[in-house]
Amino acid sequence: MPLLEVRSLVKHFVRRHGLWTAPSVVKAVDDVSFTIDEGEMFGLVGESGSGKSTTGRCILRLIEPTSGTVLFRGENVLQFPRARMRRARRDMQIVFQDPYSSLNPRMRVGEIVEEPLVIHKLGTRPERKQRVAELFRLVGLDPDHVQRYPHQFSGGQRQRIGIARALALNPALIVADEAVSALDVSIQAQVVALLMDLKARFKLTYLFIAHDLRLVEHICSRVAVMYLGRIVEIGDTRALFSSPTHPYTRALLSAIPVLDPDAPRQRIELDPSSFDREAPLRQIGQGHWAAV
Amino acid sequence: MDHPLLEVQHLSVTFDSPRAPVVAVDDVSFAMARGETLGLVGESGSGKSVTAFSILRLLQPPGRISGGRVLFDGRDLLTLSEREMRAVRGAGISLIFQEPMTALNPVMTVGNQIAEALTVHGMASRAEARLRAVELLDAVHIPDAARRVRDYAHQLSGGMRQRVMIAIALACRPPLVIADEPTTALDVTIQAQVLDLLRELKAQYHLALLLITHDFGVIAEMADRVAVMYRGRLVEEGPVRQILREPRHEYTQGLLAAIPGMPRPRSEVRSVAPKG
Repeated sequence: MPLLEVRSLVKHFVRRHGLWTAPSVVKAVDDVSFTIDEGEMFGLVGESGSGKSTTGRCILRLIEPTSGTVLFRGENVLQFPRARMRRARRDMQIVFQDPYSSLNPRMRVGEIVEEPLVIHKLGTRPERKQRVAELFRLVGLDPDHVQRYPHQFSGGQRQRIGIARALALNPALIVADEAVSALDVSIQAQVVALLMDLKARFKLTYLFIAHDLRLVEHICSRVAVMYLGRIVEIGDTRALFSSPTHPYTRALLSAIPVLDPDAPRQRIELDPSSFDREAPLRQIGQGHWAAV
Repeated sequence: MDHPLLEVQHLSVTFDSPRAPVVAVDDVSFAMARGETLGLVGESGSGKSVTAFSILRLLQPPGRISGGRVLFDGRDLLTLSEREMRAVRGAGISLIFQEPMTALNPVMTVGNQIAEALTVHGMASRAEARLRAVELLDAVHIPDAARRVRDYAHQLSGGMRQRVMIAIALACRPPLVIADEPTTALDVTIQAQVLDLLRELKAQYHLALLLITHDFGVIAEMADRVAVMYRGRLVEEGPVRQILREPRHEYTQGLLAAIPGMPRPRSEVRSVAPKG
């Protein structure tokens, strides 16, 4: 049984333009299905507006999906009542993109990391303090700095604080929503190494949402490509990157700047009329599906 | 050609602070020939944007140029009066910013913004400028340019806004364009289109391009030469192939090694920055 199974997830945002015009519906997530196995690093890629972040948030019910099923260890979390959902969130945590806006500037970083333990009423005060120190060490921060405020840390350190907070409750699944996108490349490499190390140590499962295809190719075992609310291609990273099949995937991969000045450049322009947006995914190879 | 188009000599920039002055750019020197693309790379805080702003003398206090010369076409820009400097900006050297939404004027049509660039430099009458605006939007491949000149920035997508910025930057045909992270805020497919456009316009107008970026992929696609900045210093400079394949400086090596999927023939990944 996969750890996470998303079936026909739909999120429509209704935009009301005014009294006299009919509201329009934005299909941010439009019938998305995929599974993630325990211990897997699953990449969800796409450009702005593709629905990748909305998908991640719907899974945690930070945004309520319009319809669909999200099975976590076989149970549909979308049907959990509030109290049950709060307990389920212990197992499912999120790390956000922006290390500047996602940490409360008025809280000491020790309190930020401790807060989930307080909310879920775990441990005594001294036990929680000890756990915070342990988490700080785990993510490579100095436990002596728990009394400091977020602004006293660099971007990479803040992202470590966000990770420590996400790890506080020993989750099984972490949704990393552009978690390293805002970081400089050398800092990004360090934070990615930390995520991989934690994955190995705690058998963590990641939904790694990103727009950086080079990074996803490097660290994820499977990838789904989203375009305008739908998954247009999904499969084993190697298969998908070596033989991209959907016109959008091909255009996207051809747009990545190549690190070799002498490499032949073949940009593939996307012609939206060249494919059927409603086409279902079909298997095109071993562990590889595309909506063509 | 007897002298380079741009020659930065021993440039230093200091930010005065009550505690101790911070040297943001420390004795940086480089030169650019006409029509050349120089990639200026580095991570946040390396001083690459401050260097660019200093060339155009757009530094805001507490930042100040504390030493060096900036020779543009043989003239030292640092000795010009503010009025003479205004003539250089736009007509001699123009700037493309990272964030087109904040760089464009939200209450002025894009056509008027392009026209303004021409009229303030006395390069065209108002009527001519309006015609040129349409031509320029067309040159940066904005479809239906004649209608689009009347649009406001908020009516355009991110990629289109960046095209408008490029049109404004090119309006007075400056020989040098400084582009500060011109595609960083864009999606990768839009980035590819904007890079293609820059390459095309560079060839067409024989532009020199100072391309400031943190992305070595963009460098590999665009630059003839590369200068690497680290903590205010220029640590390495050379032809793009040499820098990418045989970086000499330890910082450059580490920076390249940190790029996901970059084949590393020389050394294993090493930490280059203070632990983040």
